[in-house]
Order: sequence, then structure tokens, then C-alpha cells
Amino acid sequence: MSLMGIPPESPDPSISDTAFVTEISDVGTVATTSSAEDAVAAGLLPAGKPRGSFRRGLEVFLENKLAVSGAAIVVVMLLFCFLGPQFYHGNTTVVNFGNETLSPGAGHPLGTDSNGNDVLARLMTSGQISLEVGFAAAVLATVIGVLWGSVAGYVGGVIDAFMMRIVDAALSIPVLFLLLVLAALITPTEPILIAVIALVSWLTTARLVRGEALSLRTREYVQAMKVMGGGGTRAVLRHIAPNAIGTIMVNLTFQVADAIGFIVALSYLGLGIRPPEEDWGAMLSNGVTYVADGYWWLIVPAGFCIVIVITAFIWIGEGLRDAVEVRLQRR
Amino acid sequence: MAPLLQIEDLHTEIRLRSATVYALDGVSLTVEPGECLGIVGESGSGKTMTALSIMQLLPPGGHITGGQIQLDGKVISTLDDEAMRHVRGNEIGMIFQDPMTSLNPTMTIGDQIAETVRLHRGADKQTALARAVEVLGLVGMPRPAERIKSYPHELSGGMRQRVMIAIALACEPKLLIADEPTTALDVTIQKQILELIDDLRRRLGMAVILVTHDLGVIAGRADRAVVMYAGRVMEDTSTLRLFGNPRHPYTEALFEALPEKIADVSGRLYNIPGQPPDLTRPPAGCKFAARCRYAQDRCREDEPALGGNGLDHRYRCFFPVGRASDDTEAAVLAAVERAPDRTAKPLAADAKPLLAIEHLVKDFPVTSGLVQRKVGTVSAVADVSFSIPPGQTFGMVGESGCGKTTVGRLIVGLERANSGAIVLDGQDLAGLGTRERRRRGSKAQLMFQDSYASMDPRMRVGPILREPLAIQNIGTRREQQVKIDAMLDEVGLPRASVERYPHEFSGGQRQRLGLARALVLSPKLLVADEPVSALDVSIQAQILNLMQDLQRDLGLTYLFISHDLSVVRYMSDTIGVMYLGKLVEVGPADDVYYQPVHPYTKGLIDAIPIADPREERATRQKGVAGELPSNIHPPSGCRFRTRCPLAEDLCAEQEPPLRPFTASGHLAACHFPLRQPEPAVASEPAVKPAQPA
Repeated sequence: MSLMGIPPESPDPSISDTAFVTEISDVGTVATTSSAEDAVAAGLLPAGKPRGSFRRGLEVFLENKLAVSGAAIVVVMLLFCFLGPQFYHGNTTVVNFGNETLSPGAGHPLGTDSNGNDVLARLMTSGQISLEVGFAAAVLATVIGVLWGSVAGYVGGVIDAFMMRIVDAALSIPVLFLLLVLAALITPTEPILIAVIALVSWLTTARLVRGEALSLRTREYVQAMKVMGGGGTRAVLRHIAPNAIGTIMVNLTFQVADAIGFIVALSYLGLGIRPPEEDWGAMLSNGVTYVADGYWWLIVPAGFCIVIVITAFIWIGEGLRDAVEVRLQRR
Repeated sequence: MAPLLQIEDLHTEIRLRSATVYALDGVSLTVEPGECLGIVGESGSGKTMTALSIMQLLPPGGHITGGQIQLDGKVISTLDDEAMRHVRGNEIGMIFQDPMTSLNPTMTIGDQIAETVRLHRGADKQTALARAVEVLGLVGMPRPAERIKSYPHELSGGMRQRVMIAIALACEPKLLIADEPTTALDVTIQKQILELIDDLRRRLGMAVILVTHDLGVIAGRADRAVVMYAGRVMEDTSTLRLFGNPRHPYTEALFEALPEKIADVSGRLYNIPGQPPDLTRPPAGCKFAARCRYAQDRCREDEPALGGNGLDHRYRCFFPVGRASDDTEAAVLAAVERAPDRTAKPLAADAKPLLAIEHLVKDFPVTSGLVQRKVGTVSAVADVSFSIPPGQTFGMVGESGCGKTTVGRLIVGLERANSGAIVLDGQDLAGLGTRERRRRGSKAQLMFQDSYASMDPRMRVGPILREPLAIQNIGTRREQQVKIDAMLDEVGLPRASVERYPHEFSGGQRQRLGLARALVLSPKLLVADEPVSALDVSIQAQILNLMQDLQRDLGLTYLFISHDLSVVRYMSDTIGVMYLGKLVEVGPADDVYYQPVHPYTKGLIDAIPIADPREERATRQKGVAGELPSNIHPPSGCRFRTRCPLAEDLCAEQEPPLRPFTASGHLAACHFPLRQPEPAVASEPAVKPAQPA
């Protein structure tokens, strides 16, 4: 076989099949070519610089205005909660009944709460807890869910059926009931809250990842690799995991949004972090007591933070979903 | 008589986020009452856009920006949605490519047909259902009164398309638009559906617009044909004239790229170089100039008008091909003479086969319930034997579900056979363990139908091509790179392709990449599973030519699997015909194609649309009746007997063995063959089948 002796410019006229016109616009050259030679030359390769998968994904993400706004909001909120206290010092711990429920004004931009604490400062410290618990619970839930789901999906058969019936059974337990029982048994601390939320959240991730593994396992490129003589390890490490990671990342962002919502709900019901520590949900819960008195600054700031952070994470998730979808990167 | 439908200078644009696609640019055509107009073109030519523009069912962002459409003297292109709704389904019926997605899975087919009648005719439920039964009978649905209670998933693909036609016809439209009505169907079913549309057109006196990519479909059915390219009408004339004396170089090139048009299979197909232009930035001048072998400077500067010679033959070209003078139907008919005067060339009789398949059996279990209990078996491959000598091509044809793909997957090791032997280069692969199989497996590689799906979308072309070498631990990284570069040269792609991702390439280029990857391990046998089925005619010709060049240069042996008998004939030395898991006929390619022995082969050949109006019209009412039976319970005896016109009681009782019919290795399994064995081989017992070489 004379594989090595072929000149790089093959005279075969069929190579001009390679005109890849839709991408030519990327480099700004005109698609019309004045001569046949140009047509062949321009058509040899897709135009534009070769870009990495990550770069192209990032470009799609950056094109999505909502996703970029979401990311910006999350960054701003992180700075606000974690760096904010360095610059704004307000009373967050000392009970001071002389200053209770002051309306926003000089000294207290967002007023004070029923304990006389500064609402803006408390918003920062509470936000730390909400965000920490949200992130940590989502990551924990995703790790458990991915492991469980990928094993079930890749191994398949009876083991898959057994593992997924456990997931079904766990999903059928009413979450609120479970939490009420747990709250009665143990005193919630931050780590325990994280564990509890992860415990009820990993189930959906497990289902999603199992479905993904089932479908990726039968993809033609995995079969193509088997025809070349490749085995299971290579299939998982080289093909299944990299292709599933996008879906998992998207799911993770939605999990963060869900987890923040969860901790808010728990705290609102009084099952969250115990005072004096507080999160946004607890702030909301305290404020509701005074809703008839017109103390809006006890509800609106915390509520606003909750809504905007959850919305921002959902927007990021939507943007990521487009970015990991390779087909969309063609535009 | 006034034309039924008249389209004048129609412009349609589709606004995307970043660009505008000029999908139709000055399309003009007419349809007379009762006429069948064929619109033919490659993907992206605007043929479907024309149909959708008439119906005003354009995709999001699509608008008619100029020109007008008249139906029966009434302008319909400016109608609002409310008024258009009365036209759709009532005056113009439409059927789509995929009947499964066009039907509502939660409604019975009777209700779906009745819905149209109630909407447009204001009929009550009983009358509408009665009408549904009537039109279902009209489209050849057996026992229509019972069938109206069926749901779409209970029907086969062919029957679903009949239901779609019934819905389109329920209100007796004057015009039926059929957009690739048979592309998703097997050839035998395609034939039945096309016959049906033709028959209904005659009986109901309606006009039909048949939109298709298949010149053969146009040849047999259309009175007039319009060839579209890049959103323009390139040629417009009667079907006979178009096929007898094409004037536009694009039409001419399309014909030359068809494998069935080539009389001498050793010749190369005509390559139309390049690809259709990007319609977001249409080039100046003639849209085909960049790919045209006759193009001159003028073609690249000015766009020719759709002119003609006064003989009802319009074409958009400055330098038309063909004959200008004798452009009459009589002269055309005289010119279409074509003689299939060929005799089978005997194959090298005693070459040791590279691949020998012996009594191969594969059953798939049918499972159900929680614990995956086995409730039956699908007999996918039932006792198949054949062999391929080195350097030759064995073509495998059959309808979908006949087991041809399973045979390919068994050979490359994607499935394990229940019994039988796969002897490749002297070694039985079927008996090997998985690990050993993997090591040896590199001798037989698979080329997929959809190369895009068979490549990891997150890998660049370099790693994709290197992966087989990495798995088999062949060479250093540097040696691997040299090999990859050589393979890219071989398939006519630039070496810089290694930096790219698969989605950046076009369909034809991806198929080249698929070939390169399959060949990187220097296999002896390449199993090509429908390698060109997803490609347009012009790109298909490029890939087929490339495969033949590679076979010649590298001494490859091919198992070429396809549903398209004309492509298989062009590529193959030997053809094997499969039906429901059985090999029913095998023999030298031309022998099988021109002198089939088995009634199924004959039916299959008659069902293929041939791009020749005279041949195609001669095979009307032929083809294969009925539909493929289930292979969970295959028919007893000869599996084809349920659809065979010649079947007798014997066929149900005894399974016919493969027996030789000529000395050159033509075998068939039939009790009542279409021709008798040659005397020399007639006395031979029906022994060990399948030794064509």
C-alpha cells in the first residue's frame, strides 16, 4: 500500500467538494469567488480560525444576554454578601430595642429589624448562609446523583432496575413531611441543612444522568470505538463522561437555584438555621410578622435578593444549556 | 384553459438571527388542472420552500417578499391567515415526508380525517366519519370501517402515508402537494404509494405537485418537471423532454452522476465539484457557475434569465447543452433508446475468499416486564452463507428489517452470532472471545451511514483519526501523525482538517472523514452500511468514485450494504438479496440485476424508480405487493410467500434451498424461479450454498 507517497495537493477534482460556504462569512471575506481556482482554494477547509470547544461554548454563552446578566448578578451578589461586610459595618448581632423597626434613613439605609439590627448588614450575613448552603447542597446532590445515575445507566439490567426503584421510592416520600420529622429529631446546623437538602435533591439528578448514560452508551461514536477494538473504560472516560459533563453542569446550576429556594422555604417554616444566625428565608419569616404594620423594609430587601439570585441561576442554566449544545455552536 | 396554479416571480426570505436566507429568488411556474408537476432538486434548492410558500406554512422568520401566487385565477399569496385556512386542506391538500410526525398519536385516524371534513365542510360528526371511511377506502386501506378506530402507531409506515393522503383528499382539493411523500419508505412501499397518488389524480381529476430529490420518481410520474437549484428554477419543460434532451448543464450533470444511468459499471460517475452556494450570500451571476464545467466569465458576472426556444422548454443558461434543433417530443423519444445488452462476466472461480460467512444465525430476544423476561425472539439473520474474494465488492440489498445491517454488525463484532462462522482471512471470528476479537477486529472495519453521529462531537478530527491507532497501540505519536496525514490526502481532505470539529464539515466531507477513520488501521475488509444514503446525488457520486479509487489503490474488499439496488449494482461484483433474515438470491451483479431468478429480486428491481421516463412507465403496476411480515413470527416455508405472486402450497410447507442457476455462481432460493437453471448446473444437488466466487 502506498499510503505515504501521496502528494499533499491531490489532483483529484473531487476535493473541491470541500467548499464550506456557511462559515466563510465568519472571516468577513466575500463568498463569491472570481475564479474556479479561488473556489477550490477557499473551499478546502471550513473558514475561520480553529477554535476550541470551550471557546465556542463561551461565545454562545456570551451571546445570550440573559445568561450574561445572570452571571453578573451572581457575581455582584457574591461580592455583596462576602466582601460587603468589609466596607459596610452595621449592627447584626446585638439586640437593641431602642432602635427597633426604624424606617430606612440616615445611618440605616434599609432600616432596622425588630431586634434593632441593621437590615442591610443582616442581608449580607444572611446571604452568606443562603449562598453557602445553596452551593454546597447542590454540589453534594450532584455528586451523589451523578455517581448513582451513571452506575445504574452504564451497568444496566437488574442492577439498574433495583437502583432506580430505590430512587422512585425515595421520590415518593413527601419532602415536607420528611423535613418536619428530621427537624423534630435534630437541631439544624449549616452542615446538617446542606446534607438534608442534598438528600432530597440528588434523586432528580440521578434520574437525569441515568438517562444520559443510557443514551450515550448506545451512541454511534461509542459503537465506532468498539469496532476499532476499544473497551469499556475508554468508552466511559473518553466519550461518555466528556459528553455528559455539559448536561451535568447545566443541572448543577438549576440545583443551586432549587437549593436556595429550599433553604428559604425551610427557614421560613422555622426549620432552618437557629437564631442568632439567620438566612434570607428567616429574615422573610420575621418580617411577615410585621406585614400589617407597613414595615416593608423587613420583607422587600430579602425577598428581592431571593428572587433575583434564583432567577440569575436559572438564566445561567439556560445559557449553559445552549453553550454545551454542540449543534448550536455552528451558527 | 387557464392554469390552476400560477406562480410569478416568487421571492421568499427567511430571516435568521444573524443573516437572511434568500430561499426563493424569482420562481415562476404553472400547474394545469389535472397535471402532475414534478419539482426536483438537491437539499437546499428551494423545492420544499416553494411548496411551503404556496401553503403559507413557512418556517419561523419566513416571508414572501415578492411576486404572487394565483390559484384558479385568485391571488392567494396576499391572503391573511384566516382566509388562507380555508384554502389549506380544502382547495390545496398537502402530504409530508414523515407520516408519523404529521399524525396526532393520541387521536384515531378516523377522527383525524373527520376533523378536516368538519372544519371545512361544517359536516356533523356522523357525516364526517362516513366520509372518512369513504376516503380510506379510496386510498386502498383494507377494511376502512374498522380501521378508522385505529391509532397511528398501530399502522405501518406505508399505511400511515395512506392515511395522510386520505386527510389531504378528504375535502376533494383541486391541488395536492406531495413533499417527498415516499422518502421515508422502502422502495416497494414507495412504488405502491406513488401508484396510489397517480391513480387518485386520474380518478379525481386533481393536479399534483410532486416535490422530490429523486429523478427516478419524477421520470415515472410527472407530466412536467421543474429543476431547481439555489432557490431558482433552472429548467422547466415536459418530463420526456427533460430526460431526453436536458439543456441546462446542472440537469445534465445530475443525470451523469446517477449510478443507474451509467451503462458500463467500470466507468466513473460524473463528479459535480463543490457544493451548492450559501443562500445567505448568493453569488453574483449564474448560481451554478462555480460548479459548472462549461462556465465562462460571463456566467460569473451576469445571471441568465429563464429563457427558452419557443418549444415549451425554458432554461436558465447562456451556454445550453443538448440539441437545440430537434427539441420535439418525437425526436426526444427516438433518442432515449438504451439497450441493456450485457452478459454476466464470470468471476474468478477459484480465488480463496477473504471473508466466508457460513450458516450465520442471529436472534434478538424480545423481553418484557420488570425482570426483562424473554417472551420471544426476532429472527434477524437466519442461516446466511456467502463469501467475498479479496479485492471484490459484495453488495447486500433488501428492505429495512431484512437483516442486512445485522450481518454487517456481526462481521465487525458489534453483535455476537448465535451460531455460524465468520471466517476472515482464514480465522473464524465468531468463536473468539471479546478480548481476542478486539485485537483481531481491526482487519474488518465499519463505515457508518451517518458519519457525524459516529464521531464524538467533542473531539477534533485529529484525535478522532488517531483513536483507532491509539486503541490498537500502533506506532509512536509521530508515526500516527504521518499515517493520519496520509489518510487525509487519500480521501482528498486538507491536512489542516485535524484542527477542526466534525460539525464544521459538510455531509460529503464527513463521509470522507468516516472513510479515513475506517481505513487508518489498514483493514482488509470494509463493511459500508448505507454509506451514501443520506447524501445528495452529486455528493453521492463523489463518495462512490472515491470508494472505487481506494479499493483499486489499497486492494480493499467491500461489503456494501444498501437499500438502493442501483447504487449496489454500480459498486458491486456480486449482489446478495436478503429478505426477512434469509439470503434469497446471490450472484454476479449484472446477472442478478438484469436476469433475476427470485420473484422478490424482480419485484425489488421493478420498484426502483429509474431516471428514464420510458423504462419507468413500463414497470407500472409491477413491484412487490403488501408489506414486510413481522420477523418475530416469520412465515413458514419460504419467507417471501406471503407477498409472492407465484406462491403455491409447496412454498408454505417447504423452505426452498439456495441452488445454483448458472455456472458463474448465480444462486437463488425459490421453488418456482423466474428462469430455469442452465442445463450444466441443473443436475447438481442443492448443496452447500453460497460459493459465488
